[in-house]
Amino acid sequence: MRLHEYQAKSVFADAGIPTPDASLASSVDEVVEAAEDIGYPVAVKAQVHVGGRGKAGGIKLAESKEEAEQAAEDIIGMDLKGYHVERVLVEEAVNFKNELYVGVTMDRGEGKPVAMVSTKGGVDIESVAEETPDAIAREHIDPAFGMHPYQARKAVYDAGVPRELASDVASVLQTMYQLWDDRDASEVEINPLMVTEDDEIIAADAVMNIDDDALFRQQELAEMEEETFEDDLERKAGEYGFDYVRLSGNVGIIGNGAGLVMTTLDLVDYYGGEPANFLDIGGGAKAERVANALDMVFSDENVDAVVFNIFGGITRGDEVAKGINSALEQFDEIPKPVVVRLAGTRAEEGREILNDELVTVEETLEDAVQRTVEHSEEEAQ
Amino acid sequence: MSVLVDSDTRVVVQGITGGEGKFHAEQMMEYGTNIVAGAVPGKGGQEVAGVPVYDTVHEAAREEDADASVVFVPPAFAGDAVFEALDAPLDLVVAITEGIPTQDMAKVNKRLSEVDTRLIGPNCPGIITPGESKLGILPGNIFESGEVGLVSRSGTLTYQVVDNLTSRGIGQTTAIGIGGDPIIGTDFIDALELFENDPDTKAVVMCGEIGGEDEEEAAQYIAENMDTPVAGFIAGRTAPPGKRMGHAGAIVSGSGTGTAESKINALNDAGVPVGDTPNEVADHIEDFL
Repeated sequence: MRLHEYQAKSVFADAGIPTPDASLASSVDEVVEAAEDIGYPVAVKAQVHVGGRGKAGGIKLAESKEEAEQAAEDIIGMDLKGYHVERVLVEEAVNFKNELYVGVTMDRGEGKPVAMVSTKGGVDIESVAEETPDAIAREHIDPAFGMHPYQARKAVYDAGVPRELASDVASVLQTMYQLWDDRDASEVEINPLMVTEDDEIIAADAVMNIDDDALFRQQELAEMEEETFEDDLERKAGEYGFDYVRLSGNVGIIGNGAGLVMTTLDLVDYYGGEPANFLDIGGGAKAERVANALDMVFSDENVDAVVFNIFGGITRGDEVAKGINSALEQFDEIPKPVVVRLAGTRAEEGREILNDELVTVEETLEDAVQRTVEHSEEEAQ
Repeated sequence: MSVLVDSDTRVVVQGITGGEGKFHAEQMMEYGTNIVAGAVPGKGGQEVAGVPVYDTVHEAAREEDADASVVFVPPAFAGDAVFEALDAPLDLVVAITEGIPTQDMAKVNKRLSEVDTRLIGPNCPGIITPGESKLGILPGNIFESGEVGLVSRSGTLTYQVVDNLTSRGIGQTTAIGIGGDPIIGTDFIDALELFENDPDTKAVVMCGEIGGEDEEEAAQYIAENMDTPVAGFIAGRTAPPGKRMGHAGAIVSGSGTGTAESKINALNDAGVPVGDTPNEVADHIEDFL
């Protein structure tokens, strides 16, 4: 779960990290009111889960009431990389002389959290990491002990942060690790951490992502969740609780287990088709869930044919077959051809149950995918 | 022969009183797994699926001389359950549970570096030595005893590849599902090393997927350390960058690392043929035998 900038900043501010004066607004009037309160210049920043907001026109500076109005009109209601902007953060624009980067994330290769500091803040830190990896100081943390104060100092000195700022930046880093640990974050990041003319530091942006698997013990944060979806299909997938990714092709794909579903996508491509989606019904799916999956894929108007690829382990073939039948029996005419491949636990029982007037049943994965691709080509004509 | 588990392995099922725990304990026993006890806090003294249940893993291990456990404990408590098994101590812990918080696994990972216990998983289908023992949820009937070792990040993909092998009469020594989470116990290299040292394993299948760099590291290990031939499969060739494809680990970063292409190239460079389809993997294995 990803927090919005304004939410992450409030979490950071509560923990003692300095943040600019700011106010959330959802109309032009509210933006102007907030800007007058804070005092010009202000930054008007779209609150959507999109990287590179500035370049995409989602962040504007305003030095007067007129400019604030203009920025609000431009940004509120705009489409930013597929997301509709409904709210903006109006924020004191800080005069700065330097921009730093500080962050904590999980280093999956090491299986340990890693704290990072760089004096090359304010830019795309992934490019910095790739082009000049030495420009980022890294310190691995033992999750059993947490971050020792010396580790925060070491990272700050290794990064070459000016001496007069070292203690303050180390303190921010220590606080960020504590937040990472206490709040089950997968990532906390300030980019940029601005250094003002008076050598004060202030978090000009804030990123906080929470491990979805840990939300059960992070109720306060879980309640902040504001679902945003790129389209109605992804919204539907969220409601049904599916792992779903929409793609650009016309072959609908449903399977169980991420690896097998990805393999099915790859095979569709291999046999000359184009996948319309990734949809994993997960382990142990019952009939209703299977029916929901079909509903999802039929809702995508680009889909010309659907392949079901189920290899039962914990999932049972007869349950899947019941779900497919009950979903399809509701139609006078099946919207698009459906090909089913069932293997593993209770697959034989499942194949016997399947209504083969409604679906095409194939024994092997290869046959199922090839047949579906053929159907999709016929339908597309 | 086999690696890690055989018919002598004495298994505790942690969470045996839950729906999944009970169902799969029965399935495992039906397969031949030597399940000697269950462990569930507060349920000591009961009997489930014909085996005694103890309040603690320590007690189960002591009373029944157990040396392995399978964890079917809900995610909120699973990290603690693994710690308990490491402390009992057992030789092998297989964590089936999906959705354990990553920070819990980071702490488990730290503890693993201090003990001799081997962890498989979490979020995995388990391990099976066909005809002898299975610890996990794998469908036993598709496996056959034979000469091929198999290690995979994905459960259902494991079943698919095994099906392609078994259907042409190629059996398996042991199959290990290591799980798709960002932090896991046994990884590709650990499993490959076990197979390399097993005289009965004549060839190995390694199934990977997009995300992370484990396959690239495994490729290097194979090039430098293995005489046993390996064939590979990588899922996610068509995955678009930046999208999370189910598994927490299955995401391609925008920067080009962790892609199917990079993994396939690394494996090819290490002399490992990578099948375009699971069936082609079986072709390669057939060539090796």
